[in-house]
Amino acid sequence: MSNTISPRDAQWREELRRSMTAKERTSIPRARMNELAPDYRVTCNEEVNQGLGEAQALVESRRCLDCPDPQCMVGCPVSINIPGFIKNIERGNFSEAAAVLKETSALPAVCGRVCPQERQCESKCIYNKMKKEPVAIGYLERFAADYEQHSDDRALPPMEASNGMKIAVVGSGPAGLSFAGDMIRRGYAVTVYEALHQIGGVLKYGIPEFRLPNSVVDVEIDNLRKMGVEFVANCVVGKTLSYDDLMARGFDGVFVASGAGLPRFMNIPGENLIGVMSSNEYLTRINLMGAGRQGWDTPVLRGSRVAVIGGGNTAMDSVRTARRMGAEKAMIIYRRSEAEMPARVEEVHHAKQEGVEFMTLCNPVEYIGDENGRVKTMRVQRMELGEPDASGRRSPVPIEGAIDDIDVDLVIVSVGVSPNPLIPNSVDGIEVSRRGTIVVNDETLQSSIPTLFAGGDIVRGGATVILAMGDGRRAAAAMDNKLRPKDNK
Amino acid sequence: MNKIIEKQHFSEKVVKLVVEAPMIARSRRPGHFVIVICGEKGERIPLTIADADVERGTITLVVQAIGDSTTKICALEAGDYLTDVVGPLGRATKIENYGTVVCSGGGVGVAPLLPIIKAMKQAGNRVISVLAARSKDLIILEDEVRKHSDEVVIMTDDGSYGTKGLVTDGIEEIIKREPVDLAVTIGPAIMMKFVAQLTKKYEVPTMCSLNTIMVDGTGMCGACRVTVGGKTRFVCVDGPEFDAHQVDFNEMMMRLRSYTPAKR
Repeated sequence: MSNTISPRDAQWREELRRSMTAKERTSIPRARMNELAPDYRVTCNEEVNQGLGEAQALVESRRCLDCPDPQCMVGCPVSINIPGFIKNIERGNFSEAAAVLKETSALPAVCGRVCPQERQCESKCIYNKMKKEPVAIGYLERFAADYEQHSDDRALPPMEASNGMKIAVVGSGPAGLSFAGDMIRRGYAVTVYEALHQIGGVLKYGIPEFRLPNSVVDVEIDNLRKMGVEFVANCVVGKTLSYDDLMARGFDGVFVASGAGLPRFMNIPGENLIGVMSSNEYLTRINLMGAGRQGWDTPVLRGSRVAVIGGGNTAMDSVRTARRMGAEKAMIIYRRSEAEMPARVEEVHHAKQEGVEFMTLCNPVEYIGDENGRVKTMRVQRMELGEPDASGRRSPVPIEGAIDDIDVDLVIVSVGVSPNPLIPNSVDGIEVSRRGTIVVNDETLQSSIPTLFAGGDIVRGGATVILAMGDGRRAAAAMDNKLRPKDNK
Repeated sequence: MNKIIEKQHFSEKVVKLVVEAPMIARSRRPGHFVIVICGEKGERIPLTIADADVERGTITLVVQAIGDSTTKICALEAGDYLTDVVGPLGRATKIENYGTVVCSGGGVGVAPLLPIIKAMKQAGNRVISVLAARSKDLIILEDEVRKHSDEVVIMTDDGSYGTKGLVTDGIEEIIKREPVDLAVTIGPAIMMKFVAQLTKKYEVPTMCSLNTIMVDGTGMCGACRVTVGGKTRFVCVDGPEFDAHQVDFNEMMMRLRSYTPAKR
């Protein structure tokens, strides 16, 4: 599977490299993403990034120098053949570009939208050394994947013949889907169990429509279905079916990707007041359950003065959602400075464009409610940056006496999650860390139970879509290596 | 999609539904609940499981029409389908031989109480059940409860059936009369609060089952959080049963009103 369909020494690629000088290529400015105007997009849920047009993509693809030792691939958690797909765009063969993406990624249209490319592939691009903006790998990935999603005959990747073995996957988020895609191609029968009523995990309940439309996720899931992956919704492994039930059903291996679980709160006074909720609750009500849309039954509290606590991508998703739900004032409250924010630069930028206020070096210490128990005031402690902490980031220290009261009517707490406790609680003999994550071998992602592998947030405790997908890929390779008869490799 | 096999009206607003759900029927234990969705755009509603039949592959739900979604569910007929049913969720009741157990249920709280009464009886306990409601027509599942209890006390607010008085009056009489090793109480939050106050006075260990607002029901959203013993706990994965003497019922009742005045 490591042999790509578009190797660097292919004749067409050699010719393409010769068709333009490096100087010509590097003098092209980086493409700009087409975006909806901020004042329009806060009125609706339409996708903010509109993607590159064909002409833009063709120009951007020429910037890639097709390096002999492409460092971008090193920066990619799933090792996509990046120059291979970009050069296919350059020669106008967009389907082939998509096919190259599909060699390694089960969800290219998703990755092209939500991966932090600026910290991965694009951070390693040779252009950085030339003090120029890197090739827009993420934009191009999205272009190729979208081209394929919209084309009539979507090609399925090459599949091995059935090997008669059955694999169960617990959870249908990015780790589970990526694992399922890799295993079905290796000839295994794959069944994915999902606790919610919809397939897609965090891609559906967490990431908002304006950043990742559900229809894009559904096309990818549909592809997996066409490849033969079976999906079972409304089935909680550890509850509806036990691990022993899965074994009794003849599964040869189980991959647990049950994701993030309990939202973290800060344990400060007033946190259980009405109007204080986790970002998981807020986003799930809106993204998965349709709250706020005509005809849907699930309610959600709307605020006109909304504070979102935290500085990660989920906090940005929440605060931008609050704007779209009609908040006049939407604030990010973050205890460090903007430089330490874990959110993607693009998300912070988009949030600011949409009128979100950033109150950094601020930490809530108490919420105060009205006579009905509804939050009305947030008391914040102003902070300053001190010495670097264990994470290498300068740690915030309270400024004595610097306390302010801020009027709020909705508070979204987005300070992280702990792993979902269902599987760790229900599988006998599984080794679990003090934090509640499943302990696995770093290389193979195998747990203390030999046939059980795990990846994504249930192992990492809270990470990104692409790291979860990378886990799915590595676990698939390792499980295949373990299960496959040795003379048949 | 889960088919409704049987429907019975307990009262105008309370119905019993027997629903096809073979996997849940097999794995459920007393104390467990399910999440139900009615309609493609429906909300996720937690409902406790009143009974299950492994052979028929069915579970029994008792639903009271309180809001829009429960009203929709109550309007379904036998042969109709629930769009989604998932479970069993929550932790099962810890069943053992405690000695004498007083099980009190208020309103539709009797439904989730029934499997606990059964299991407690089977485990060798002396089971005294106290059923309470506003009036006679709101007393449900009396025959089933009688079948598995050593004694049944009925309390109604208006005295239309059993003894006139509150559930706490019934429980207090029993506690004064004989040693009680455990109390179990399920019903409206306000009822459980007063039962807890009473049993605390007599130092009778008491277990309650909470029905809070939930979205996913699998430990993801935190909508169901309650304060128990000064700590935040999640009803869906840490509960639904807790030590009633430790639960902050006032906070729970406040949170239950999150969506009542203006729903959206």
